[in-house]
Parts: sequence; C-alpha cells; structure tokens
Amino acid sequence: MPDDAAPHAATTAAALYGVVAEFETVDQLLAAARRVHTEGFRKIDAYTPAPVHGLAEAMGYNDRRLSLLTLLGGLAGCVAGFGLCYWTSVIDYPVNTGGRPLNSWPSFIVPTFETTILFAALSCFLGLILLCGFPQPYHPVFNVAAVRERATSNGLFLAIEAVDPRFDHTATRQLLESAGAKDVYDVEP
Amino acid sequence: MLEKAKHADPPETRFIAPGHTFGSVTEKISSAVLTKRTPVSWFIGFAVGFALLQALALGVTWILVRGVGLWGLNQPVGWGFAIINFVWWIGIGHAGTLISAILLLLNQKWRMSISRAAEAMTIFAVMCAAMFPLFHTGRPWLAAYWLLPYPNTMSLWPNFRSPLVWDVFAVSTYFTVSLVFWYTGLIPDLASLRDRAKHRLLQIAYGVLSLGWRGSARDWQRYELASLLLAGLSTPLVLSVHTVVSFDFATSLIPGWHATIFPPYFVAGAIYAGFAMVLTLMIPLRRIYGFEDFVTMRHLENMAKVMLATGLIVFYGYQMEAFFAWYSANPYEWFMMKNRWTGPYAYLYWTLIFCNGVAPQALWFKKIRTTPLLLFGICMFVNVGMWIERFIIVPTSLSRDFMPSSWGIYHGTRWDWMVFVGTMGLFLTCFYLFIRVLPMLSIFEVRTLSTSAVAKEESGHA
Repeated sequence: MPDDAAPHAATTAAALYGVVAEFETVDQLLAAARRVHTEGFRKIDAYTPAPVHGLAEAMGYNDRRLSLLTLLGGLAGCVAGFGLCYWTSVIDYPVNTGGRPLNSWPSFIVPTFETTILFAALSCFLGLILLCGFPQPYHPVFNVAAVRERATSNGLFLAIEAVDPRFDHTATRQLLESAGAKDVYDVEP
Repeated sequence: MLEKAKHADPPETRFIAPGHTFGSVTEKISSAVLTKRTPVSWFIGFAVGFALLQALALGVTWILVRGVGLWGLNQPVGWGFAIINFVWWIGIGHAGTLISAILLLLNQKWRMSISRAAEAMTIFAVMCAAMFPLFHTGRPWLAAYWLLPYPNTMSLWPNFRSPLVWDVFAVSTYFTVSLVFWYTGLIPDLASLRDRAKHRLLQIAYGVLSLGWRGSARDWQRYELASLLLAGLSTPLVLSVHTVVSFDFATSLIPGWHATIFPPYFVAGAIYAGFAMVLTLMIPLRRIYGFEDFVTMRHLENMAKVMLATGLIVFYGYQMEAFFAWYSANPYEWFMMKNRWTGPYAYLYWTLIFCNGVAPQALWFKKIRTTPLLLFGICMFVNVGMWIERFIIVPTSLSRDFMPSSWGIYHGTRWDWMVFVGTMGLFLTCFYLFIRVLPMLSIFEVRTLSTSAVAKEESGHA
C-alpha cells in the first residue's frame, strides 16, 4: 500500500486495503454512496448482486467508452467486410460474367452488414472485459467473508479504499455507520 | 435495472410470485445446479437425448463413408431434408434472440426469467442447423474453400454475390454473437455459483468462468451498457438471418420460391416456431424444477400471445402465396398452387394448414393459454407444422417445375430421417447438460424483479 497516498491514515492504511460497509436496503446504499461522494471520497466502489440504476453515477463514475469501442469495431467490420468482397471480386480474381459490373456493391451489402455486426459485437464484449479489468482472479474485497458470501446473493456493500486521501480508519468507519451501515468490515490487502 | 418506483407494482403486473427477495431467488435458482440430487426426470431426458445423439453419430459416419447419395435426393429434387431441417432449426433459434434482445430494447420485463433458457436454445438450435450445410457438402474438409474466404491453392474466392455465401456469413455471425451475448449474461450468475459452490473444483471452475466478477457498481454500469449495445446489435442481426435464409429461395426462379413476401414471412415463421419451442421446453421444466414462481402463468400467456400474432402473420403469408399465384396470371405459379392443394404432397399441405393455421386459433381463448398441458399440445402442432411448411416449400416446387418430362417425386430415406432425429438428440443432450451445470434462469435479472429491488424512496439519478 502506498503510504504517502494516505497521509491521514499512515498508521493503519499500511495494513489495510480499506473498509467495506454492508447495508440493508438499496435506498440506504444509494444514500450512503451519495453522501460519501459528497464528503469528497473518490476511491470508492459498491458491490451489489443486481445492477442498481444511478449507483455508479452517485459515486461520480460514468464510463461510456464502451459505446465508442463498439462503434469503432463496427466501422472496422464494415470496411473489412466490403474490402474483402471488393478485393476478391474486383482486384484479386475478377470474373467477367456477361459484362456485368465487377463491383456489384448491392450484393456485397449482406456480407458487409454481417461483418459489421460481428466486429461491433466482439469489440463490445472484449471492451467490457478490458474495461472491467477481467479476468481478475484476485481482489482484496474477497478477503471479507461477508462480501464473499453475500455480494453475489443478497448483500449490498460500499467500499472505501485506504489510498483515498480523505481516508481515516476511525473517522471513515464512523461515517459509514452514521450513514446507516449494518456492519463495517476492514479489508485486508 | 432496479427501478425506483414510487409505488410498488400492483400484483397483476408482476412477473414473479410475491414474497421473493434477492436471497430467495439466488437460493432457488442456483440450488438446481449446485444440488447433489439430480431429478430422476433429468436422467430420463438426458438418456433419451443421448440415445438419439447416437443416431446422428451413426448417420453422419455412414454419410461420410458412403457419401450423400444415401439421402433421397434425385433429379429434379436436388434440395431436400438438409435445407428443410436447416431452416427449421435456424428458425427455432430466433425466439431466443427475440426474447433476449428485442424484448430488452422494448423494456419488457417478463423476458428476464425466460431469456437464459431461450438463448441457450438458440445456440443449440444453430448448432443443429449447422450440421446440415456442413455435411451436405459430402466432404466438408474439402468444401470449405467455396464457403469461407481463405487463401487456397486454387486462388479462388467464394462468390460474394451468392445467397448461399451470404448464408454462411449470416449464420456464423449469428452463432458467434449469440454465444457472446449468452456468455455475457452468464458472468454475474457464474459469480453467484462460484460464491455458493461448496466443492473446491466447482469453485475453481465457476471462478475461472466468472472472470473475477464481484458485482462492482462500476462494472455493473459498463455491463448494462454492454447488454444494451449487444441487444441493439442482435436485433437487426436476427432479422437479417432469416431474411438471408429466405434469399436462398427467393433469388431463384422456381415457382413458389420466387416471391418478395419470403423475407417477412420467414422471419415471422421463425419467431412463431421459436416461441413454440421455448414453450415446449419451459412448460415441463418449470414443473420439474418448481420454477412456477419465476416462469409464471403470465409468461406462458404472453408467449402464447406472441405465437398467436406471428402465427396469424404466417397464415396470412400462406393466403397471400395463393392469392398472388392466381393474381400474377403466371401459369407456372398458378399450377404450383394447385399442385400444393391436390398434387402428390397435398396431404402434407392440408396438415400444414391445420397445424399452423387452424390449431393455433385455439390460443384466442384465455382458458387454453393458461392451461399448460393444452398449450403444450398446441406447441407440438406448431413444431410439426413449421417443419412441414419447409417441406412444402422445397420438394413440392422442385418436383413439379416448368417441364412435365422432368417431373419426379421425393421422399426422405432412412438416412435422412436418422440425421434429422439425430440432431434432435444433439439438441436435447446439449440442453440437458446446460440445465445441469448452468443456471437455467438468469439469477441476477430475476433478482431485479423481487421485492428487495423495489426502493421506496424517490431519489434522482445523481
């Protein structure tokens, strides 16, 4: 853990990844996420078994890069598909069929369309994997038994990392408790 | 996806039995996979599927040894069971994509509890469909050069102006995108299984497959965006696939094939057949695994309504085929129609009209839509009817074309039937393995339907 990044918590942060709080309801979690973000914390994340609309936004995250990646993938697929049809039918092995145009582009639309969709979908999927940092076999929050047991079933969690400049072990725990947390756990790195 | 509704939904608009929470949903669906007690019916179903799969192994082996001459093809009928079965299976797959993609874009929540099994059905159906184009080439390892664009010693490329090559592109893209979409949907559920599995090997297997998913809000945000994008991409894709399949026929000059109505009529038929197959699978499954809470009567009824609507489009298509055969004043077209009504395959035509036109009219009655056994019966008529539809299209036109001196007759041989029945075995085997090792309902999506997901406070999106 980089101690210099957490001057307020130099004594405890060295041994901690951060703290994670468990909440009872989606409303409490949303309110707590919003409050923690307002208090100036930035190294935060929430763990929920189902997507909660507005939760990432409440913590100041809004990653839309995937749309751009998908668009670029689609454009690449479009160019590749048409390029394949054009190159093979016009340049590499032109076959004159009764004087019909070699670049019969309406016929090439179907393969072009399919490769557009294929490349866009694969870019979208690989983009998701890449942006989420997968595959990621280890993450410190898995050290907390409650997260391991409930984050993918019925638990709602909010984590604050010790590297956050505003992190202070005692004060941050109190903040989370006052925000309505049922339990607050320390996360080993 | 967790809606911040001011008022909880009234019970009649819910798609889940009351009282379910995140925890109970997780427990119920994942225990069907993680349990050590496999239901007896699973073994029976798997054994039937696996036995039929041996027919495929035998049929394909003998066809590779002796050649496709074992099939019933002749002059003038050069297309037979292979394309009929291919179109039938591909069509069945369409319902899965419709449920998971189009209904997602339309924000239809009832899709959530049936999408996983329907998508699995899509993948397995496309696998079965792929058997026929693959093995009809006789020597698939030699035939690839006119289907796939790879540099070969003859310097030849596929003909990109041919609908058959379009088909290869459409179907392989469809399979790949369906698989990616399905796996993306599985990631959070695989993480649920990882965290609930007791056995170390299962923990590792599900852990590897779940890629380290931990339900982070930042990941969920990207994940939901990805789902939406994939749904948006799959929607035009699924409509294109059966359109391209119909081009195989529509771009030819054969009477009964050369019709502009083919693309919409094929797409409607695909959705019709697909929903019938989804119901055929879900009606027994929900009973065996006790999933009536998640796949409710409203789900069955909604699917029955989609079947009725698309069935009416298909039936309208049959009537328009007859109308245009007469109205075109083309003697070959009009003869084709009379031949369907009274020719050698007339018995199949009238069975088709009964299965796809008359029998589904029963779905106008709520009583039938909400009685699973009767609904199952109607679906069986549709499954059979849609296969006959493709039979009517293919050999009826080919066996009676322009020149009476070249007329013939076509019947499938035992090898045709063996490979066809064998693909049913492949489908059942894959599906039974799927329901044993993966959650057959989407756990995280069903969670969003549960009471835990209803937030009471009205709060804005910050």
